Amino acid sequence: MLTNLREDTVSPTRSEISLHVNGKTHTLSADNRTTLLDALREQLGLTGTKKGCDHGQCGACTVLVDGRRAVSCLQLAVAAEGTAITTIEGIADGDQLHPVQEAFLELDGYQCGYCTPGQICSAVAVIQEHAEGWPSAATDDVRPGAETALDAEEIRERMSGNLCRCGAYTAIVRAVAQAAGNPVTAETKVMA
Amino acid sequence: MKEFSYSRATGVREAVSLLASDSGARFLAGGTNLVDLMKAGVETPDQLIDVRGLPLGRIELRGDGALVIGATVTNSDLAAHPEVRLRYPALAQAVLAGASGQLRNMATVGGNLLQRTRCGYFADIASPCNKREPGSGCSAITGENHNHAILGWSEHCVATHPSDMVVPLAAFDAVISYETVDGPGEMPLAEFYPEVGDTPQQETTLPAGALITSVTLPAAPVAARSRYRKVRERASYAFATGSIAAALGVDNGVVREARIAFGAVASRPWRAHAAERALIGAPATAEAFGAAADAELAAAKPLAHNGYKVPLLHNLVVAVLTELAEEAAR
Repeated sequence: MLTNLREDTVSPTRSEISLHVNGKTHTLSADNRTTLLDALREQLGLTGTKKGCDHGQCGACTVLVDGRRAVSCLQLAVAAEGTAITTIEGIADGDQLHPVQEAFLELDGYQCGYCTPGQICSAVAVIQEHAEGWPSAATDDVRPGAETALDAEEIRERMSGNLCRCGAYTAIVRAVAQAAGNPVTAETKVMA
Repeated sequence: MKEFSYSRATGVREAVSLLASDSGARFLAGGTNLVDLMKAGVETPDQLIDVRGLPLGRIELRGDGALVIGATVTNSDLAAHPEVRLRYPALAQAVLAGASGQLRNMATVGGNLLQRTRCGYFADIASPCNKREPGSGCSAITGENHNHAILGWSEHCVATHPSDMVVPLAAFDAVISYETVDGPGEMPLAEFYPEVGDTPQQETTLPAGALITSVTLPAAPVAARSRYRKVRERASYAFATGSIAAALGVDNGVVREARIAFGAVASRPWRAHAAERALIGAPATAEAFGAAADAELAAAKPLAHNGYKVPLLHNLVVAVLTELAEEAAR
């Protein structure tokens, strides 16, 4: 007699998860160990979000969770239920690319492109965080009211969670600055 | 990763009761450290109790001037908060010096206090480690230890506490509040992290099954002029090789009040009491700052690869206190 090998969906180590991604709600059954990154890529087919280190150290898997950037490799899918997730597939407005995407294209903010979805999601959030007055480790005076421009030094610090192994950093900084409406020139000093 | 069940706590009492009913259960907040260690097989909970939804996400200025920071406040929200930036700038700077923007959006204050060491041997389940497996030995004490402790270590463990946030919390006399099945409790941060001794696996003195609910910073006018400086092996996004949080009160060129704590030099944030004592009543000069640093670092016992940390901390003390004194003179 054939045994029913179907996975037990009422197992305490699996969950029925409802994920709200790029404006659509998806329902899936997943092992509780499934990260948001793996759920996006393997179960929802949203492969724009990339797996780099899988340990929160490279930023390739960056998505927006309730508008805030986060690494999806350390976020359990089951714990992401109830949040609004935006991946690189949801950054553009239909056929109209996001200004950050336009700037990366125009200024060659990449070489191989593997880190680019994470870089773009992160940059979208960086511009928002700066607009909200959030300081960074590059901000000389963190006291309220002493906010500084989103210059090259601030962009490097705020984007430091996104590694690019091709080393396209110079163009990435320019692209983020252009998208933020604060273009930096080729003469901008490199980090000491 | 070991399989686990998952539930969301809707109240603080419910969360601690759930934990008390399962010795293999752990609280999950941001998950930036716990999930990573679960992937490595270092942490093997059989149940995760998600506490992110608990009503512990606020920062409130109390009538007596103390700042109460909820345990599920994210690092990002802590560093961006106007009262933190105004009253304890070193705390905002410390939080901003840690991790990346993505991780700071996820990580919480409670989790930050409970971060595990970044000692490579602790994270490698193939290596002996007394913290991970009591009695198995310490690989770092005779191994690669350039990132390890110079103060307060024991022959059982030389790991450091990785948090930047706890360094200013130590300098500013933070108090940790928690809840257990028997009710609420609190303790000063100075008692929260015990000495390593022969129990490096005992990383805090929190009662078993306790949930951290908030961190309170007593009013400290001196902290309004404070700084955090971190030295690391790359310009950003790395753990400290040495760090300092300091505040200085100066009257007519004489030090009236000093708060100093070191990071990345011990198993806990290292409050530099000897340096503080040496400074009170001393002239606010580089010479006096250097002498105060030496008073603290006299107890340092560097390992084979981390002798550099002694002059590093000495120079951090002199540099940061000099800046604070110059700021006070303006």
